[in-house]
Amino acid sequence: MAAYIAKRLITAIPVLLGLSLIVFLIMAMIPGDPATAILGSYATPENVERLNRSLGLDRSLPEQYFIWLGNLLQGDLGRSYALNRPVLDEVLERFSATLILASTALALCTVFGLLAGIVSAVRQFGWADRIVTLFVLVGISIPSFFLALLLILFFAVRLQVLPASGMYAIYGGGDLPDLLHHLILPAVTLAVVATGVVARLTRTAMLEVLRQDYIRTARAKGLGERKVIYRHALKAAMVSIVPVVGLQAGFVLGGAVYIETVFQWPGIGAMLVKAISTRDILLVQGGVLFVAAAYVFVNLIADVVQATLDPRLKA
Amino acid sequence: MTDAISVKNLSKTFGGEWSLFGGRSHEVKAVRDVTLSVKQGETLALVGESGSGKSTLARMIVGLDVPTSGEMRIAGKDARALWAEGPQAFGRVIQYVFQDPVASLNPRKTVTAILDAPLRLLRGYDQRRRQVRMRELMEAVQMPADSLGRYPHEFSGGQAQRIAIARALAAEPRIMVLDEPVSALDVSVQAQVLLLLEDLRREFDLSYLFISHDLAVVESISDRVAVMFFGEVVETGAAEQLFRSPRHEYTKRLIASAPRLETALGATRGA
Amino acid sequence: MSVPILEATPTPEPMITRQTTWRLLMNNRLAAAGFYVIALVVLIALLAPLLPLHDPDVTDPADRLLPVFSESHILGTDHLGRDVLARLVWGTRISLLVGISAALMAAFFGSLIGLVAGYAGGRTDNLIMRGIDMLMAFPYILLALAIVAVLGPGLLNALYAIAVVNIPFFARNVRGIALGLSHREFVDAARLSGKSHTAIVATEILPNVLPVIVITMSTTVGWMILETAGLSFLGLGAQPPQADLGSMLGQGRALLFTAPMISVVPGVMVFLIVMSINLLGDGVRDALDPRLRAGALTRPMPVTRIDRENVPAPDEMARASALAVTELETSFETAGGREPAVKGVSFSLRKGECLGLVGESGSGKSVTALSVLGLVASPPGVITGGAVTIEGRDVFSLRETEIGSLRGGKVAYIFQDPLTTLHPLFTVGEQVAEAIRAHQPVGRAQAQAKAVDLLRTVRIPDPEQRASAYPHELSGGQRQRVGIAMALANEPDIIIADEPTTALDVTVQAEILRLLQVLRQERGLALLFITHDFGVVAEICDRVAVMRRGEIVEAGDTAAVLGNPQHPYTKRLIACVPKPGQGRRFLEAIRRLPAEEAAGGSGS
Repeated sequence: MAAYIAKRLITAIPVLLGLSLIVFLIMAMIPGDPATAILGSYATPENVERLNRSLGLDRSLPEQYFIWLGNLLQGDLGRSYALNRPVLDEVLERFSATLILASTALALCTVFGLLAGIVSAVRQFGWADRIVTLFVLVGISIPSFFLALLLILFFAVRLQVLPASGMYAIYGGGDLPDLLHHLILPAVTLAVVATGVVARLTRTAMLEVLRQDYIRTARAKGLGERKVIYRHALKAAMVSIVPVVGLQAGFVLGGAVYIETVFQWPGIGAMLVKAISTRDILLVQGGVLFVAAAYVFVNLIADVVQATLDPRLKA
Repeated sequence: MTDAISVKNLSKTFGGEWSLFGGRSHEVKAVRDVTLSVKQGETLALVGESGSGKSTLARMIVGLDVPTSGEMRIAGKDARALWAEGPQAFGRVIQYVFQDPVASLNPRKTVTAILDAPLRLLRGYDQRRRQVRMRELMEAVQMPADSLGRYPHEFSGGQAQRIAIARALAAEPRIMVLDEPVSALDVSVQAQVLLLLEDLRREFDLSYLFISHDLAVVESISDRVAVMFFGEVVETGAAEQLFRSPRHEYTKRLIASAPRLETALGATRGA
Repeated sequence: MSVPILEATPTPEPMITRQTTWRLLMNNRLAAAGFYVIALVVLIALLAPLLPLHDPDVTDPADRLLPVFSESHILGTDHLGRDVLARLVWGTRISLLVGISAALMAAFFGSLIGLVAGYAGGRTDNLIMRGIDMLMAFPYILLALAIVAVLGPGLLNALYAIAVVNIPFFARNVRGIALGLSHREFVDAARLSGKSHTAIVATEILPNVLPVIVITMSTTVGWMILETAGLSFLGLGAQPPQADLGSMLGQGRALLFTAPMISVVPGVMVFLIVMSINLLGDGVRDALDPRLRAGALTRPMPVTRIDRENVPAPDEMARASALAVTELETSFETAGGREPAVKGVSFSLRKGECLGLVGESGSGKSVTALSVLGLVASPPGVITGGAVTIEGRDVFSLRETEIGSLRGGKVAYIFQDPLTTLHPLFTVGEQVAEAIRAHQPVGRAQAQAKAVDLLRTVRIPDPEQRASAYPHELSGGQRQRVGIAMALANEPDIIIADEPTTALDVTVQAEILRLLQVLRQERGLALLFITHDFGVVAEICDRVAVMRRGEIVEAGDTAAVLGNPQHPYTKRLIACVPKPGQGRRFLEAIRRLPAEEAAGGSGS
């Protein structure tokens, strides 16, 4: 197992390098003078010149990339001119808030998606299956930003039981119960879509596996139906479910853009939206890179979990 | 007279390339140093079990795979010359019939469309000539002419194999490689297809390389037999003689393993 | 003279397929509902310029924030006094246009990439797919954001971003199918027919990939509409005064507390559009995917459904036998009603005896074997009549748990292909031990030890080590030995072996048959042996029953049936088996064989 993890870690390196290259190239493609684009309305002639020099814009593109990569590896993502602080500081601060939100949503969608999918497959065509199917349909069809508004209208405006915005109460609070209180609505909203996707896939995977010859073998051995479903079928189904849960991490991290904006959650998603409108390119660059790296890491974990389930993948 | 197929020291190795991260991949010698020949008008059977390399050898002979080393002459022409002439050069002299007839027919094409390609591309017939040929081909494989408008899934396995044979014949080849052509078929259908193949060989003066794992089938249709084991040809001989007095250990084991109907008739069984 | 054979033989097939696909789609009530809703929405959007609507961009400060159902403004007005209904219709028009354009772009480029990668294979494939993987390493929406960040906010840029982000989905799906197809025999055959690579991709691969492209498109176009709306919602898509549904929602958000309807109306519209597209898309997928079409995604019940019209009482003979099957009838539910696969089959198996059930494909021999303990997948299988008697009891009258205790206990099964019939994720030792623990009250360690013993019994070398191997690490012959060990786990009286050697090489087959023979004699097992191979029957069976189209046509002692067959079908079958030593005389004998009694009999 350790060997496999090491192998996977090594293969993650080119992916990360590729990511950094894509991010670099996207930003290099910005039309016009990059320094002006980066500095935006803050551009003064001396600022532009200073930036041009520090970015090495007088050099060739590959050279620029390696300089940029070198800085990146030293933790230097440049400076946000709009916020007038190092990009890394801002991104790290914001990222912790996103992490709380995203991991809660991911946990919710995994637990409820799996449960709903299993129930739905086992009780196929029963009422539970219908309810789950309906939920999945609504979940994957409703825009998360619209659902967020509806939930705010209902829970914050009508019932006034949950706050509509922020991570902590502005006056006082700041402790764990306060955080949870603010976390419920955004986390649930963020999880709904992903839960639908996980539930639907779990149902399909279970039904597909239950048709396999080895399930017939398990039945021919005289195993009880519980063992057949929860030991034989679920284990095999998990092999295809795990990577999808990994993919949901991407949905959750990306969907945070909407949810953080609507709920004014001080995370990286809201930061990105603001940075794009103010053309704070270095901040966008840093934020995108950070979230993408986190996503690669989650998928790495998903791969390792999948390999522990399926010995054929380790070969 | 030149041989239909003549193969000298042919080898095929898979894998073994260096990849960027995985190190060197595992090397498999599927075919090792095989030398054999199929004479004009004869049926040479290639016998072996799964993984013996017989299909790899066959794919090289029809030009679908490139040998790692060795020489091949097909209908008197050097394989390199055929390669140089382009992919159609192989198709004009040698054709291939696959094991799974259903998989070898495109599910979304009618028989007409399937037969059209070789008649047009390999023989260069005009529209009218192609129509006439198609009906002749259907007759040759004993299928009704209205089969032409149908799709593969409308046929049984045996019928599909007849259509696949018709497609191979459409190219008017001198040589056919038959890769387990009856293994996927039921026993009664299998006998009929074998009979058809034998009749076609006589009618069109074809040479066959007949690949099979089934010794009894091989014995019924072949003039000579080559036995393959782990990529090598371990024994070659006239069919009758090889089955009567096999020399190689593996051939002996293969013959002894084949289940026989007579077992039941000869011995009295206990219990 | 041109015989219009090509013209005269119509090609009805695609038409029929299309019709049935359409009918299948419309028979799916949800999909039909989705279709009608989306058709209506599209129609309204298309007719927007002709409809009697207000100008969506004309502001009227006097009439701002009118509530819903106001006079002349059915859906009210927004903060600038613009008519919400007019803006909704025009916004829908833009959202649909952008979403569908993005889907078409993604489908075109993605499919092209996928086709090339899948067909080329090797290094080209590797290189392209690494690039695609790299794009997929970004969280979906984030990549779209990054692209918009570069191109700048705007509707067209949002469209490009969404299209680019979706290309990998198409590329991956199409590449997977194309890769599989490019190894299919018909592609090789096309090459030997003289077709060029381009022609093969265009005429052989593409038609087979098309359903996948349609499925992927119908299941992702909803997403793309959602995502473009999302970008507009964030203010990165449509720019004022142009408005799509997303930007309407985004602007309405500021007024959420005072005038919630302004954001709820476009939100509901997006929801409606996406949901109906998703319903339709699911329907399209179900109708086009042959596996789903065949009802492959229904959960099989633990025991075959039993719905017997005729329940014969077992006679003396049946009660004395180890296993008796009386007038068994098993059917399959199809769209056209119940189709019997086994029609009134009766036989009995005495203690210690080996009975061969032999027949060609479709003869119902395997269904008969699986019916004995209700293992026919159901749906679609139903046992519609007859009885199976084991130890004097009618199996089909037993409760589910009682049937469960017979399975693997008194009666054990061995299946055909041990690679698919063993669970790929458990070690073979575990799987054998599990069979023991299902019937015997022993601990985990003890079961494991017994499992190793069993593996030794079936002559697996080095059983202690092998017990911790997974099925894929064993050879075909060894896997089948594991299957046999599992069957022996609870010292059964009866073993039902369903083509246990068909997937194996001849030499391995001989070893497995020898093993079964030895075990049978040592343990006095009764063996029901299903096969299509008369040679195997001759090697192992005491008696044989010949099946054709769900019926037994002839049964008797193996020597008698094989040596002197009575039924014409049996005679024909045996004549069709080439015998060693017969040589070329075999084909001469086949030539003299009388023509088959009925056309299409075995469909040669």
